[in-house]
Amino acid sequence: MNSLIPLLVAAPLAGAALLLLGGRALDRFGHWIATALAALSCAFGLVLFFDMLGRDTEHRAVTERLFSWIPVGGFRADVSFQLDQLSIVFVLLITGVGTLIHLYSVGYMAHDERRRRFFAYLNLFLAAMLILVLADNYLLLYVGWEGVGLASYLLIGFWQHKPSAATAAKKAFIVNRVGDMGLSIAIMLMFAEFGSFAFRPVFSAAGDASEGKLTAIALMLLLAACGKSAQVPLQSWLGDAMEGPTPVSALIHAATMVTAGVYLITRSASIFNLAPDAQTAVVVVGAVTLLFGAIVGCAKDDIKKALAGSTMSQIGYMIMAAGLGPIGYAFAIMHLVTHGFFKAGLFLGAGSVMHGMNDEVNMRHYGGLRKYMPWTFATFMAGYLAIIGFPFLSGFFSKDKIIEAALAKGGTEGWILGTCALVGAAVTAFYMTRVVLLTFFGEKRWQPDAEGHRPHPHESPRTMVIPMVVLTFGSLFAGGLFSLGDSFLHFLEPVTGHEEGHAPLSAFAVSAIATVCMAAGVGLAWLKYGRKPVPVQAPRGSLLTRAARRDLLQDDFNHAVLVRPGSALAATLVFFDSKGLDGFVNGLAAAIGGLSGRLRRIQTGYVRTYALSMFGGTLVLVASTLLMRSV
Amino acid sequence: MSYLLSATCAVPAVGAVVTAALPAGTGEARRRTTKAVALAVSVATLGLAAAVAASFEPGGARYQLTESYSWIRSFGIDFALGADGIGTALVLLTAVLVPLVMLAGWHDADPAAAEGSFESKRRTQGFFALILAVEAMVLVSFLATDVFVFYVFFEAMLIPMYFLIGGFGDRAGGPDAARQRSYAAVKFLLYNLLGGLVMLAAVIGLYVVAADQGQATFGLPALTDAISSGKLVIDPTAQRALFLGFFFAFAVKAPMWPLHTWLPNAMGESTAGTAVLITAVVDKVGTFAMLRFCLGLFPDASKTFAPAILVLSLIGIVYGALVAIGQKDIKRLVAYASISHFGFIIMGIFAMTSQGQSGATLYMVNHGISTAAWMLVAGFLISRRGSRLIADYGGVQKVAPVLAGTFLIGGLATLSLPGLAPFVSEFLVLVGTFTRYPVIGVIATFGIVLAALYALMLYQRTMTGPVKESVTGMPDLKARELAVVAPLVALTLLLGVYPQPLTRMVNPAVDDTLSQVHRTDPAPVHPVAANGGEQK
Repeated sequence: MNSLIPLLVAAPLAGAALLLLGGRALDRFGHWIATALAALSCAFGLVLFFDMLGRDTEHRAVTERLFSWIPVGGFRADVSFQLDQLSIVFVLLITGVGTLIHLYSVGYMAHDERRRRFFAYLNLFLAAMLILVLADNYLLLYVGWEGVGLASYLLIGFWQHKPSAATAAKKAFIVNRVGDMGLSIAIMLMFAEFGSFAFRPVFSAAGDASEGKLTAIALMLLLAACGKSAQVPLQSWLGDAMEGPTPVSALIHAATMVTAGVYLITRSASIFNLAPDAQTAVVVVGAVTLLFGAIVGCAKDDIKKALAGSTMSQIGYMIMAAGLGPIGYAFAIMHLVTHGFFKAGLFLGAGSVMHGMNDEVNMRHYGGLRKYMPWTFATFMAGYLAIIGFPFLSGFFSKDKIIEAALAKGGTEGWILGTCALVGAAVTAFYMTRVVLLTFFGEKRWQPDAEGHRPHPHESPRTMVIPMVVLTFGSLFAGGLFSLGDSFLHFLEPVTGHEEGHAPLSAFAVSAIATVCMAAGVGLAWLKYGRKPVPVQAPRGSLLTRAARRDLLQDDFNHAVLVRPGSALAATLVFFDSKGLDGFVNGLAAAIGGLSGRLRRIQTGYVRTYALSMFGGTLVLVASTLLMRSV
Repeated sequence: MSYLLSATCAVPAVGAVVTAALPAGTGEARRRTTKAVALAVSVATLGLAAAVAASFEPGGARYQLTESYSWIRSFGIDFALGADGIGTALVLLTAVLVPLVMLAGWHDADPAAAEGSFESKRRTQGFFALILAVEAMVLVSFLATDVFVFYVFFEAMLIPMYFLIGGFGDRAGGPDAARQRSYAAVKFLLYNLLGGLVMLAAVIGLYVVAADQGQATFGLPALTDAISSGKLVIDPTAQRALFLGFFFAFAVKAPMWPLHTWLPNAMGESTAGTAVLITAVVDKVGTFAMLRFCLGLFPDASKTFAPAILVLSLIGIVYGALVAIGQKDIKRLVAYASISHFGFIIMGIFAMTSQGQSGATLYMVNHGISTAAWMLVAGFLISRRGSRLIADYGGVQKVAPVLAGTFLIGGLATLSLPGLAPFVSEFLVLVGTFTRYPVIGVIATFGIVLAALYALMLYQRTMTGPVKESVTGMPDLKARELAVVAPLVALTLLLGVYPQPLTRMVNPAVDDTLSQVHRTDPAPVHPVAANGGEQK
């Protein structure tokens, strides 16, 4: 049975290779091959899952070692997979949502001449993401980690002829590389400390290391997580990443890849649990980002960018939960899964709307669409109610658990974190209600596109509607299902560990307060966008609104602090290299070689040069031989 | 005694002479014969190199397949060859790259209408003969186990290289291209000649010191054995002077910051194939020689200078990458990226850990392959438009998607994407440096961000965005060009996923080198038992 584990990865990898190398011959049906292979991988995942359920808790984690990858001295990196409760959750999420989004893309990308390539990249993404969650050591995880980064780069920049897409793709890769630097350094620290970077040996020896070392490792892992999961201060790439086709935004930049940071921290629980200072850093990052993303989400008129802000914010919740330690890990993952369902659903809904509206993304040019796209509207509403935490839908269960855990952190810290989470819940309700009202309700504010075509909104084809409907079930029921008898928690507990927190408020009180916050957010949004007509042109807005539209000035900051000084430095060095250093070394060379005159004059006669330098060299030679004699 | 090694070196040497002597003439048929002969010779050399690698036993003696012919008896100079794991890896690299370089430069020596007057009738013959001559000399350098023989070939390869750089440009330069090219060639020659002369002094100095103590030989195994057994003791001052003499020559050739300024000129002005020959093959002799000669012959001096050299290589990593970011010329950008990479290689060597040195050796191979892919595709691009300036391109992916795709793969390899070969070596170098010099290792890690910047910026500016008028109608890669790129891409993937054939070969030689300098890997602070993970 374990031999199925490599096949999980192999199926989509083979698809990517086939589609990229297969050429035009595969243009007509290549997308179906890719979709079938994604589904096959998902089937393998299900088989492995039920196989795992059939075994008792101690025997659920299995390892499948394929071959020794880089053996040098004490450095041993293997290509070896580990399937345990944590990784199977990801496997099912990745392949499940992945397959649905392949299917959706069949419709969405039907008219794109480079569709084959698109599906190749999607398959490549699945393979890399599966390597990421199945690796049994950090170096192999790194392969998946940068592999998804590559897929993300290729897919954000899929429409490369648009300069904005190409720039966004590059930006995503570079910012992620900063995070990857953290992962590199963490692995080096582990190797220097333990002589290994495989999960099991490192986790079992973590207790021997000093807290300082563990904190350093944990902080470097956090840096990596910030890059991949778009957390402050490495958040700036996610909004721009919406340049990619919408299915990509749903799969990679909402449901799966961006949650890899949460996986990394949860996986490294044994290290973080022993490094309380690093854990504090994690919760701070999470709390700041959950507010940051929510505020940005309120100000965006671009439907995808509003959702991107929301993604950032929801992952902030997960990161915060993971930073809380054993009281939060399982809930971080639970929210990750429910979020995967409803956010993927929301993005697919957004894509469906764009599909029907001539690729318009500005919500101020939508309005009243619920009558024209009933399926899209219904599924979007399910995702909407789930994300704002409407009682007894998925988001309600998973988000409440995180708020409870935050409060259970105890002391002032607990109150601060709990308050952040509650405020976040209210803001979430506000911006999501705004999205729904602007898009589906109110009057039609439709505008002709650049070529003057008036939009004729229509429901999307079946290949697009089916995935939205399937995800709706997840949005509605997954949270409740997971919470029945705390089944999700008990399933994950052997890997992540669990401690019951002691919240100062009862679970019921927390739910009640969260629901009130949610209602407040919804009400406020209705007052602002539901009760009165929405202007087609965005009003100037308050200082905060204007800052939030510019992503709270993240790019201005990066530009001033990093980009401008960086380019200036590069320009200076280019000048220095050709004038200063080259001149100096040329001069030195000429002097030492016994050559008078400058290179420019010498170049006319190479024979003379050769003779001269031979002569000079002989002098050096004789002198040094004499020197050696006397030594 | 087997003749395999001498045959491996002799075939391209004889091939060079034959190619040069082929009937001259500017007719298409004549040229085609010349090219076919030269290519056949290089493929035969590849076959011999493969045979060397196949007969090499990783667990066996350090030097295998040894041969020795007496040359200058009065100075104890033998024409001695021997293959160790490091040398064999680089012999393979050279033998793989040369046929591809020839294929890539198939038309580079065809007479062009624009270059009229100084067009020689023997141009094609000369170009391909020079490439084979360089190959022969490089192979001897990787296999020589006699210090003097190494020196002779190390120096001699400058001559064919000089003519390759000075005589054959990429036809993309401005009106003063010829002048620029001859400047580049002379600069290349002067720098390397100077380095070589200093080295010659040190070679003779070494002989004098050894002869004084009754070890009148240039034989490398004999000298290193005498040194490690204490029969030959070079006093610290002399050792440092000799080390610097050798190191200077190698640092110029490598090239190490701040002796690198000849490289961008040489790579920029020559053909893409020659540029690959320089950076992927010839320069590797420099780093290879640091590992074999500097460390083996002067272990104490190597340790004394290691920290200083590490700092210089660290500067090179960051400096090369930053200057690459600021380049406007595609080929000069690749050259500065190489300077950054050479920093990594030298850093790995002088970190004196097994990961560092095995990583450095793998780096030499992987950098050779990946830079060849990147540079040769760049060359294909440049030959289509006749400009090296980045700003002259834009939107190429729309008109030539395969060219753009392979150019991207070359760039991704250069930025050490995991899964591709350069990642393996770069990470080994970083980790091997970090375990002994944590601060230097951490600063060097910034290099991975900078590499992503220059590689992806180049791709973005040339390949993406709206199709520029100047590239409309640009043809995609032709079959010949695909045949050049495909093996390089395949090797990059293969050695990224399964580098074991190389590590098995290289590791024992590295362990031997480390024992020569009396260095062992730093032990982990809290080692986990080898099977610690299993007992649970």
